[in-house]
Amino acid sequence: MEYVSPEGLRIDGRRPMEMRKLQAEIGVVAKADGSAVFEMGNTKVIAAVYGPREVQNRSQQLSDQALVRCEYSMANFSTGDRMRKPKGDRRSTEISLVIRQTMEACILTQLMPRSQIDIYVQVLQADGGTRSACINAATLALADAGIPMRDFVTSCSAGYLNSTPLLDLNYVEDSAGGPDVTVGILPKLDKVTLLQMDAKLSLDIFENVMQLAAEGCKAIAEYIREVLSENTKQLEYRRGL
Amino acid sequence: MLHNKAFVKKTKSGKITKNVREHYLRDDIYCGVPICRVCDASAARLSGSASSPILVLDTNVVLNQIDLLENSAIDDVVVLSIVLQEVRNRNLAVYNRIRALCSNSARKFFVFSNEHHKDTFVQDMAGESKNDRNDRAIRVAAQWYRSHLGGAAQVLLITNDRDNKRKATEEGIPAETIEAYVKSLDRQDLLDLLVRPASEDVEMEEVEDLRPSKRKVLYAEHKPLSEITSGLHRGIYHQGKLRVNRYNPFEAYVGSESIGDEIIIYGRGNMNRAFDGDIVAVELLPQDQWHEENSLSLADEEDEEEGVHLVPGSADDAPRTTNLVQGASGPPPSRPSGQVVGIIKRNWHSYCGSLEPMPMPAGAGGVAHALFVSKDKRIPKIRIQTRQLGNLLNKRIVVTVDSWDRLSRYPSGHYVRTIGEIGDRDTESEVVLIENDIDARPFSSQVLACLPPLPWTVSSEDLANPIRQDLRNLRVFSVDPPGCKDIDDALHCTPLSNGNFEVGVHIADVTNFVHPSTPLDDEAAQRGTSVYLVERRIDMLPKPLTEDICSLRADVERLAFSVVWEMTPEAEIISTRYTKSIIKSCAALSYIEAQARMDDSRLADPLTTDLRNMNTLAKIMRHRRIERGALTLASAEVKFQIDTETHDPLDIGMYQIREANQMVEEFMLAANVSVAEKILKHYPLCSLLRRHPTPTKEMLEPLLRTAASVGLELDISSSKALADSLDRAVGEDPYFNKLIRILATRCMTQAVYFCSGDLTLPEYQHYGLAAPLYTHFTSPIRRYADVIVHRLLAASLGIYKLPAIFQDRPQLTSIADNLNYRHRNAQMAGRASVELHTLIYFRKRPTDTEARIVKIRSNGFIVFVPKFGIEGPVYLTERSEKGGGEWSVDEQQQKIKKMDGSISYGVLQKVNIHMEVVEPQPNRPKLQLTLV
Repeated sequence: MEYVSPEGLRIDGRRPMEMRKLQAEIGVVAKADGSAVFEMGNTKVIAAVYGPREVQNRSQQLSDQALVRCEYSMANFSTGDRMRKPKGDRRSTEISLVIRQTMEACILTQLMPRSQIDIYVQVLQADGGTRSACINAATLALADAGIPMRDFVTSCSAGYLNSTPLLDLNYVEDSAGGPDVTVGILPKLDKVTLLQMDAKLSLDIFENVMQLAAEGCKAIAEYIREVLSENTKQLEYRRGL
Repeated sequence: MLHNKAFVKKTKSGKITKNVREHYLRDDIYCGVPICRVCDASAARLSGSASSPILVLDTNVVLNQIDLLENSAIDDVVVLSIVLQEVRNRNLAVYNRIRALCSNSARKFFVFSNEHHKDTFVQDMAGESKNDRNDRAIRVAAQWYRSHLGGAAQVLLITNDRDNKRKATEEGIPAETIEAYVKSLDRQDLLDLLVRPASEDVEMEEVEDLRPSKRKVLYAEHKPLSEITSGLHRGIYHQGKLRVNRYNPFEAYVGSESIGDEIIIYGRGNMNRAFDGDIVAVELLPQDQWHEENSLSLADEEDEEEGVHLVPGSADDAPRTTNLVQGASGPPPSRPSGQVVGIIKRNWHSYCGSLEPMPMPAGAGGVAHALFVSKDKRIPKIRIQTRQLGNLLNKRIVVTVDSWDRLSRYPSGHYVRTIGEIGDRDTESEVVLIENDIDARPFSSQVLACLPPLPWTVSSEDLANPIRQDLRNLRVFSVDPPGCKDIDDALHCTPLSNGNFEVGVHIADVTNFVHPSTPLDDEAAQRGTSVYLVERRIDMLPKPLTEDICSLRADVERLAFSVVWEMTPEAEIISTRYTKSIIKSCAALSYIEAQARMDDSRLADPLTTDLRNMNTLAKIMRHRRIERGALTLASAEVKFQIDTETHDPLDIGMYQIREANQMVEEFMLAANVSVAEKILKHYPLCSLLRRHPTPTKEMLEPLLRTAASVGLELDISSSKALADSLDRAVGEDPYFNKLIRILATRCMTQAVYFCSGDLTLPEYQHYGLAAPLYTHFTSPIRRYADVIVHRLLAASLGIYKLPAIFQDRPQLTSIADNLNYRHRNAQMAGRASVELHTLIYFRKRPTDTEARIVKIRSNGFIVFVPKFGIEGPVYLTERSEKGGGEWSVDEQQQKIKKMDGSISYGVLQKVNIHMEVVEPQPNRPKLQLTLV
């Protein structure tokens, strides 16, 4: 299968180093403390954050820091064929864990001891790169909820097909079976908080691919910052400041 | 940059799913014309002069006229991405050729990604078929080129679709058919390359009328694809690849998985226009019709017959003639026969051959219709039209098939190019190369640029390199056939103080010069192997590497990859060491010289002692291997003596195998096995190994039958049992054993390369060598497989990183497939070349010689001539009287008897024959065997 034509175009018309179109909106769930919808091309994810609030299960309470919980799910209509997926299957448990760990790394949990923060993310439409989109949506929702963070975490994936590193794989490219590197970084601190790959890749190629994914993360961070400052301006305006 | 969404509906295995895919439209796709002021001209491919128009091709032009497009007269072509996409879906071979044209820097073919350009993308319209939408996209792109370039250059849409042309003209786009365009170029030779679609073929039908039995439907209609699919589902039809019998073009086999057996198809009518290699759907005939084969294949009016050919080396290229012995009185046939109802995938490509002799037509210079006869007997005659008949009549030409309709006996095709005079040795050799798809072109400048500068010597860096061990102090020597220039292996054998021996196999370090993913490496991977013809060698790697830098010649320092064992005097391997090394060979011996040294008891110099030690060890190893059940197979290899001036063969004879050959072979086998173990241990999923599948009972059936007829029992339960019973097969005739071995070899399939991740461990078995693991390591100069194995071994030693390609299993599998394909073709080409030279040899020398009968036919038998390694039919009856006449065949006894019982011939019997070259038709010489 030819994923990159000799003319240098991918199947959907992007070049190897290009990301899909980004789109984000803040405050989509009025009831939640913070919420956001994040789109990368046809991948669409909603995130809602509750907290910091009282710990529901006392036994889980931590005396020195906040408890972060995360629940990931996929809407039944998110893929083309409507399928009923059992809640709490392996994959979603794993992704929940990944998102929780990634977000925990940037939330200043020690400022909110004996409290709990809940992050709910749901995939509304899946077209590859759901993991990254969930993390980006969660970051926006956390920021919307006003939870103190070191930096935003942003995430992006990159792959390696037809001997070319490709940024931000869509579903077709993702199912090609090549390596898929998901990277999450703290752009300001320039630190990696998430790095996942489930295939083999030689070290020098891996470095290139990871570099590419990190570039993608920075571009997303740039976009998220814009969205947030636009949102802040709106808030200012509404308060008549 | 615009952003858009395209909705696609797709059916997958009966289920209908809706797929939504993003489709980005761009503004940074350039037109590729250098004179354009708007676009970035750095990637421009077209010439863009105002005089010649820029051609925009329609899909049907690319699909049908690819031979014409490959001619350098056609240039300045824009290939739209939608056209490429359609071509790829319809015919992958054509797609690869047009892609090759687009990437060829000598040609001005430019790919314009119209589907992603913001101005040329077209939305699907309601009620519009896919085809119409694509035609519209092509017109929109052509229109865009016109307006984009303004008046700076002309744009011409080339389409053979009448509707498309009309609409284009309506929209003001200049459009032409390909015929009209070629005519406007005023080039006679190009016109022959044109493919004429059946609908426009008016003249052709007139010719048809001249012949009897025309205007008659000759073939059954092919079933539509939907019916075939449902038929396959319900089990009425069977799908498989059609293989035409190499020695009887009216008989074909379809290996069907659904039925678990091969379906035989007799006669052109049942084959129903299918070619060799086509994927077809077959319907079984009712059982009472399973028998008509013999009458049918003989009754056909065409006079194709068996020719003399080389002895086949294995089951893969042996003729399949199992059923022909069954005369009218035979038992009911057990194998099903069938007829082709549809063709799922065509395997048409170009064929080499010549025109059937015919008188020049009255109106000279006009269009003539000729019949083309392929060299490959499996291909039917092909009708072509030509304007240069006089030129082509006694030439070897290449022809491509275009179509085959129900009304015509033969398919129609078109002329592609001329190779040369028939009968000329160079032409015929060229034909051999083309038929076997062997690239004999000189290496390109990019490839040659990868070579190290000459003259090359071992540098101080190589000496200082810690990975390279200095073994120059060892007494290393090589043993090869006389006159061998590409020496890729050398040996040494040093007695150790503890009574053991240190034995080393040193292989040319080709991977030190051939680095992965360089043009040199790509070219070598493509060629796969060197090809040895009788009079020339087609190298896998450029000459400086094969004959100088890598060749382990005597008295020069060379880089090597060494496998060094410590062996006990009983040839038990105590330890194995692998290392890159520097060696200096002290002697390049030929097999004859090495043998002479070992035999000459007066010699006691160190080198001879080494040779004798090695020979002792090799004998033990060989013995042990045979104990394990390795088969000693035999082949009838022949050797030509070629006149150095005229390159004509002077003499032929069997290739003689000496002890020295076996000694070298034994150590090479041991090195290959050691390396196979090492690389598999480190890379269980991506090693390249070689396996030899265990032959099935059915494959050994002909051997058993022949053996039984001479009262010999063969035990085929295991390779060991077979080897033992072959050893016991000794008759009063000294040649008997060898003959049985040759027949056994012929029943086996060939060993193949494979990627270790694709199969399970028990399947790795090499049957012939009785080795659980085997690979090729010892000839990297002439086999690409060895190059890959060298890289794997180097990586397992931590010397180099494993190239990225090894991570990609499908790609590795495709490399292994290509190597198998090239390997088989190289062997076929070698055999064809020997056949060609045999013919040249006997042309001047009619000979009487001794031969053995290997197979009995209804009207004669097949003999094998040991002295010249050839095999061919001897007819007892004239061809005109069909069916055997006064001869009768006893199948059980494998005997043919005269009715009055005066003479009988049995299989393996010795007969005297006369060999002579005859020319029944002009320019078609063939070797004829007759009884003396």
